[in-house]
Amino acid sequence: MTKEDIKIILVDDEKQFVDTLAERLAMRGFAARVAYDGPSALKEVTQPTDVIVLDLRMPGMDGFEVLRSVKKNNPQVQVIILTGHGGDAEEQTAYRMGAYNFLRKPMDIDELLTSIRMAYRDKVENAMVAVSLAEGGDFESAREVLKEKDILADRDA
Amino acid sequence: MLDRLKAYFARAFEVPDAVSPARYETLKRLMTVLMVTVSVAPLLILTFISHSQYMQTLEGEMENPLESLARKTQAALELYLGERVSTVSFMAHAYHLQTLSDEHTLNRIFLALKSQYQGFVDMGLVDKTGRQIAYVGPYQLKGADYAGKQWLKDTEIRGRYISPAFLGYRGYPHLVIAVHRLEENGAEWTLRVATDTLRLQQIAVPDGKSRDTDVFLVDNQGVLQTDSILYGKALEKIPFQLPHALHDTEIIRKEGDDGRMYLMALCTIEGTDFRLVTIKPVDTAFRPWLALRAELLWVIFGGIALIVIVSNLLMRHLVDRLRASDERRVAVFAQMEHNQKLSSIGRLAAGVAHEVNNPLAVILEKAGLAQDLLTMNKIGGDEKEKQTLVKLLQGIESTVERARGITHRLLGFARRMEVSRQALHIEEVIEETLGFLEREARNRGVLLEADFPEPLPELISDRGQLQQVFLNLIGNALDAQAEFRGKTNEARFIRIRGVTEGQCISVTVADNGKGMSQEVLRHIFEPFYSTKKNKGTGLGMFITYGIVQKLGGHITVESTEGEGTTFTVVLPLTPPDVSGEA
Repeated sequence: MTKEDIKIILVDDEKQFVDTLAERLAMRGFAARVAYDGPSALKEVTQPTDVIVLDLRMPGMDGFEVLRSVKKNNPQVQVIILTGHGGDAEEQTAYRMGAYNFLRKPMDIDELLTSIRMAYRDKVENAMVAVSLAEGGDFESAREVLKEKDILADRDA
Repeated sequence: MLDRLKAYFARAFEVPDAVSPARYETLKRLMTVLMVTVSVAPLLILTFISHSQYMQTLEGEMENPLESLARKTQAALELYLGERVSTVSFMAHAYHLQTLSDEHTLNRIFLALKSQYQGFVDMGLVDKTGRQIAYVGPYQLKGADYAGKQWLKDTEIRGRYISPAFLGYRGYPHLVIAVHRLEENGAEWTLRVATDTLRLQQIAVPDGKSRDTDVFLVDNQGVLQTDSILYGKALEKIPFQLPHALHDTEIIRKEGDDGRMYLMALCTIEGTDFRLVTIKPVDTAFRPWLALRAELLWVIFGGIALIVIVSNLLMRHLVDRLRASDERRVAVFAQMEHNQKLSSIGRLAAGVAHEVNNPLAVILEKAGLAQDLLTMNKIGGDEKEKQTLVKLLQGIESTVERARGITHRLLGFARRMEVSRQALHIEEVIEETLGFLEREARNRGVLLEADFPEPLPELISDRGQLQQVFLNLIGNALDAQAEFRGKTNEARFIRIRGVTEGQCISVTVADNGKGMSQEVLRHIFEPFYSTKKNKGTGLGMFITYGIVQKLGGHITVESTEGEGTTFTVVLPLTPPDVSGEA
């Protein structure tokens, strides 16, 4: 199994759930950090991050607040909502606020992985388009810039 | 007594609060009684007042002619008697004793008198000692001794005298007129003349006078001086005591022996002991009034009957309408309550589903991790045992999957298709849905019929969700047919019928399957309520209800056990704006 260097944060107040999920992701080659509440999630985001898997209903700061804060301060970070309380209204709100995907618990781990990969790829593509536009359409130099900025990881794939 | 009466009325008119037949019965009674009282009471009061007023007037009307008749007759009688007395008095004063004591002269005078005045019978001259010294007439009364007789004494005292009637010559009643004369030379004598009373009778009761009115003369002993219609012939005694004589005409009421009321006018004839009695039965005067009263009574009773009938009908109509509106209100409340109950059950179910999702996720992840550990060879051990464990874990996973199916359906995730509103024809949606079920219906021997008597207008709604609704309804109907084998000879059918109702389209799905009990009907739209043992999730009708509600419509159901069930879905042509909260 190839190690995919996607920087993931799992945020959920259900400790057992995030820990187990993190372990399973690790077994699949994804190193995921975990946070058990909103504030610690925001603290984690200050570290380089690609994708956040975020629960909505948490005591104290809820998922929407975290989402809003992330999208404000680190708009390039992709957020996947994973919740047991997802109604249609929450889903629409989440998308409107810039969530990448909206998944409902309990979910299949492969489903989640697919979503994470797609989110990461979109993030990279977004960044590349942005930078290449800035670099006058030079794709290669854009890649270099992104690598320097630690946005684009060195990938074997 | 009063308290008991009060209690009775309180009971009779106590309006029960609950919507029950008794309530409307009482209400109707109360209102009818009130209305009848209010309308009849013034009518009766008015009738009573008019009646007594009229009676008073009528009595006055009756008294006045009676009094005037009495006075006229009195005047005539007084004139007649006065004239007779004056005639006799004139003769007594015109002749001396010597002249009159000569029977030839007396006879001549008497004949002259008779030729001028009718009714004189005889004439006699009575001297101071009371002996009749001269007499002309049909009897042999010359020499009769009247000394000490009351009439003679009265005549000597008063100067003139009219006697009460007595039965005299030829059986006719007579009366005597006597005049006392005291001559200048000291001679003292009395002239006595007898006359029959026919003339009195004629004056009292002239021919052609109404036989209703009885007019007669009576003396102070109560002996009739003239014939009376009511009390017999002259000289008979009247059967009652007359009141003490007054100077003026007096009118009194008297009840006769025959039980009738009489109005009686009494007056005294001047210079005699006679009293004139004019008597008339009250009811003759009242006869026209009685006839009128009978008619009036008919009108009044007819009117009252009419009031009672009309009040009754009116109140019945009113109360019926009131009852209908009450019942409608109760039904609306019941429907609201039902909706509210369903919506709170729905919210509760959704809440539970949300809460269950989190532990389910944990279970799934733990089982997943255990499986990962086994399959990714992170732990050692017998390969076969590992396979067994993996199978067990997969069992957990599939069970969680099933639970997830339930929670997601409960939350409406099953219809995850975007709420897409589009113009569509409901006939098409139904035909499509029937397409899915045709084969199954054929297999079960159930006839599927769709009936749209008129082209239905376009509907803005969600095609997929509508399909879900009709799939559920028709699917249930098929199940109801399958489980029902009651009337085997009857063709099994499911009829779908769509009609326009104002700004809505109403679609009924009717089957002649086994039907539902009241108990089932009450819970039909609640989640986890299923009659299909071990088969259904109990969410079909709950979801159907939710979808229809979300599309701005409503769904109702009617069912009779053993007869069949009819669902009615009413959908607005254009849905209200709904944001997609589940």
